[in-house]
Amino acid sequence: MSKIVINIDGKEIETQEGEYLLNAARANDIFIPAICYLTRCSPTLACRICLVEADGKQVYACNAKAKDGMSITTSTESIEKERRAIMEVYDVNHPLQCGVCDQSGECELQNYTLEIGVDSQSYAIKDVDRSSHDWGHLHYDPGLCIVCERCVTACKDMIGDNSLKTTPRGADAIDAEFKESMPKDAYAMWNKLNKSVIGLTNGTDVLDCTSCGECAAVCPVGALVDTHFLYKSNAWELKQIPATCGHCSAGCQISYDVKHTSIENPKEKIYRVMNEWNYVSLCGAGRYGFDYQNADVVKDEAAFNTALEAFKKATAIAFTSTITNEEALLLQKMKKKFGYKLINPEAKAFQTFMKDYSEISGRKLYSSDLERVHTTNFIVSIGSALKTDNPNARYALNNSLTVSKGAGIYFHPVADPIIEGLGKGVMTVTHAPLQEEIALYLLLDLFGDKEQMPSEISEYLASFHSEKTVTVTEVVKEKVVEVVKEVKVNEETGEEEEIEVEKSKMVSKKVEKEVVVDDNKLLELLGADDKFMETLEKNLKKKETFALMVGSDLYRHPKSKNLARLVALVEKYTKFELVIIPSLTNTLGVSLICDLDDERDSYTIGYNTDGDFVLSALGDGDLDMPAMNQQEGTLTSVNKRVNPTNAAIGYNGYEFNDIANALGLKADNIIDYTAELPTIVGFKREEFDNLPNHYENDGTEMRGYVLENVAVAPSGDESVDKFSDDKLEGSIIYLANPVRQFTPFTHKTTELDEVSGIYMSEEFLSNSDFNEGDTVKIATDNGELIANVVSDNKIKGSTVVLPTFDKNLNSEALFSGYRFSTASIEKV
Amino acid sequence: MSLEAFNNRNVAEGDYFLVAIEEYPTTGWDKFKRVVKRTFKGELFVGLWVVLREMIRFDIHTVQYPQEKMPIGPRYRAVHQMKRLWESNTERCIGCGLCEKICISDCIRMDTKIDENSRKEVTEYTINLGRCIFCGYCAEVCPELAITHSGEYENASEQREHFIIYEDMLTPIDKMKAGKQLEFEGFGAITPHEDERVKKTPLAY
Repeated sequence: MSKIVINIDGKEIETQEGEYLLNAARANDIFIPAICYLTRCSPTLACRICLVEADGKQVYACNAKAKDGMSITTSTESIEKERRAIMEVYDVNHPLQCGVCDQSGECELQNYTLEIGVDSQSYAIKDVDRSSHDWGHLHYDPGLCIVCERCVTACKDMIGDNSLKTTPRGADAIDAEFKESMPKDAYAMWNKLNKSVIGLTNGTDVLDCTSCGECAAVCPVGALVDTHFLYKSNAWELKQIPATCGHCSAGCQISYDVKHTSIENPKEKIYRVMNEWNYVSLCGAGRYGFDYQNADVVKDEAAFNTALEAFKKATAIAFTSTITNEEALLLQKMKKKFGYKLINPEAKAFQTFMKDYSEISGRKLYSSDLERVHTTNFIVSIGSALKTDNPNARYALNNSLTVSKGAGIYFHPVADPIIEGLGKGVMTVTHAPLQEEIALYLLLDLFGDKEQMPSEISEYLASFHSEKTVTVTEVVKEKVVEVVKEVKVNEETGEEEEIEVEKSKMVSKKVEKEVVVDDNKLLELLGADDKFMETLEKNLKKKETFALMVGSDLYRHPKSKNLARLVALVEKYTKFELVIIPSLTNTLGVSLICDLDDERDSYTIGYNTDGDFVLSALGDGDLDMPAMNQQEGTLTSVNKRVNPTNAAIGYNGYEFNDIANALGLKADNIIDYTAELPTIVGFKREEFDNLPNHYENDGTEMRGYVLENVAVAPSGDESVDKFSDDKLEGSIIYLANPVRQFTPFTHKTTELDEVSGIYMSEEFLSNSDFNEGDTVKIATDNGELIANVVSDNKIKGSTVVLPTFDKNLNSEALFSGYRFSTASIEKV
Repeated sequence: MSLEAFNNRNVAEGDYFLVAIEEYPTTGWDKFKRVVKRTFKGELFVGLWVVLREMIRFDIHTVQYPQEKMPIGPRYRAVHQMKRLWESNTERCIGCGLCEKICISDCIRMDTKIDENSRKEVTEYTINLGRCIFCGYCAEVCPELAITHSGEYENASEQREHFIIYEDMLTPIDKMKAGKQLEFEGFGAITPHEDERVKKTPLAY
């Protein structure tokens, strides 16, 4: 898109061709009032307050696109009249309960009423019963609702749950006299407002969605409030701690809102999590999973000394990827100094995958990020349960579908009603586990540049194509001429006569035709439906940008090396830009900073994981550690960004830096290591205190810094193995968490109350003799476990899902690396 | 958002500074000089003379407190009171938290929750009288005229807390029922003829 210059209120500004006027103005610090518009979503046109005059014509700034040389006036006499009338209408029957409203002054209705200077009311209408609803984790008060539909828009355009809609209000018609006396746009807006309130799409009074709470965050008034926050605190009492969410690799910007616990207890408590919802959308875990701190810890000197003893005795440290970059660097430094082995199988698998990928791609990191996926037209996801592995990747896919007119393919062995529900643009291919290679070969086949590609690959791909003759039924329209007898009155004689008239009409006829078509065996192997190619062709129209997202099914796949190479080839020989989704919060950072080893040793220290001596931020180990919301540090996100996070809650115990200091390393604070992060893999020599954590008005992300994508020497060898014919069949289990759960940390929080167990789809439960609540035994070659059956309507098909968030279940022990396994399941 | 507050990890620094204090006398001679200076400067007699002069004039204007008490002005700001609604005798406080916010000595705190009728309920309310400077902002900002000052200036007790137990601040129910609750007329109270100045909202009933 080209740069153009437009003129707003006499100020020349530069913007993109086709950018919405409102965004252009905001990016240049020009104020245009607007309530219903959400950046990154499609314009709703509910509030109409963003009226401006563009080249002498009144337009809505939120949906009028900038053209070169446009001249815009943000305020004229007639626009001011409209705005004043609109704000008066919003204030009609709005309860005067600002004193107790949970929006507590952070209210856009209040702000605009004052900004526009509404000091008297000219309109009135009889109110209807608008009593409040308890929708589960959200509380909706239609009395406070101004029906700007921001919640509906966010749910549809960003999240993709489509859980909210407008429902009839049941109000009387507006007094006819207002139609004449009111400004035009204000009347139209009132007419719409007066007909609707917000309701649920599922027809019940309880939400059944992925519970992200984004609708409550975007609500400009106090109509939608998180139930746990109802009347808990005024916003102005809360101190906002800028942070980065520590639950998954998306690294979303959040702020922890903290205040003293109560009058008796001055200890800080997190009351809620807020986000810059115009530029980042949280998932349920990020929004509601905030109180996982390791509380009431004091310096236990005895435990600390035992820990030091343990460190002297130990030969290895096992850890998870829920640590900061600084801690990872400390671990690496300790490895160098004392020779500890560093054990983290999950990060190790990712590290190996990235190394194998780099051998062909010639770069340390993948080319794209989730921010770019938002604006991409065609997205393919392979090997990731998107909805639960990285909710932000799902939002990016959905946002592309709804706003960028995108389409996509979702390859995954577990059918997902949430992904299917995103819209017709997303095609789902439910292949068998272990067939991820075929999916990547299919991408090379469908989108690859066969000329450029190594000839072995293009020949191999060609071997799957054959021609076949199929009978196609076509509808053909034919002209048929009939002779019809009609009775007519002869005008001259006045008598009735029979005349023969020729009449022609179009008749559609079904014709069977034999056509020679290309038969792609890869599609058949993957189990794609017959219409796949036809639908794909339709979906590929007008698509210019392509993105491939691959996930953690691939990293510990038995043939992960080949998959990594295939992924690199797809990136190289197709138009796809690549995102490799790290499996846990800081897997990317850990894999870049630490040299990881394979097996455990005789005496292992466990950090948030099992070991002979356990350091734990969960509070169940031998020595307490601070949790992510009690620490300073940086986290490396899927967007290749090093994001800073601050401590929201105090911590009085020992931290990892204390142990390192006692062992002979030296740093006052752990964040002293931020500037020492290895520049050779792309980190920058930046002090922690210099890292920003906010968004600019034009949406520019000013958070930490972006890793440099360091070039590595490619090996030159681009050969890949043929795919193996192996696939898992029969009774299959999959290692994935339910919505809103990621790790034992999310399990610890009070608001996230997902029941632990093994998850079966409703469809599977009704077709099998298992019932919800049954205790079952699951056995694989690696072991067995006993758990309760939980019905999950967010999955489909017969795969049984085992979570990792419950430490007691220890479900990972059943798997030998790869996230799928065959298993026997029986009742006990 | 500025991150300065988060980046300063030295809690000892801040707005504290040392006050210049005159050196204490160290030698015996210096101490003696100070005693003599203070004793014979005669400052004491300046005051004593005024008392003596007024005593012999027999023209005393002092109120014979505690036998006599002067009437207290309605705007006097002594310890706080919590008022009840005339209509229902229930508490006026809605828990909006404005008094907590405006308090310049940061001595008011409240805990709120949602009650069984879906209304905001104040579960606890405290005023730290040790910090209160009786500025009257809380009464002025209160949208319900719930928290006010009283004329109760006789606050001698073993503990300051005795004056700010919520139940004690609240108008006693029997006094309320007897219609003896006094309205506060200080800052924040409704000005006379308020009704005439309000632009009325049209109603469609």
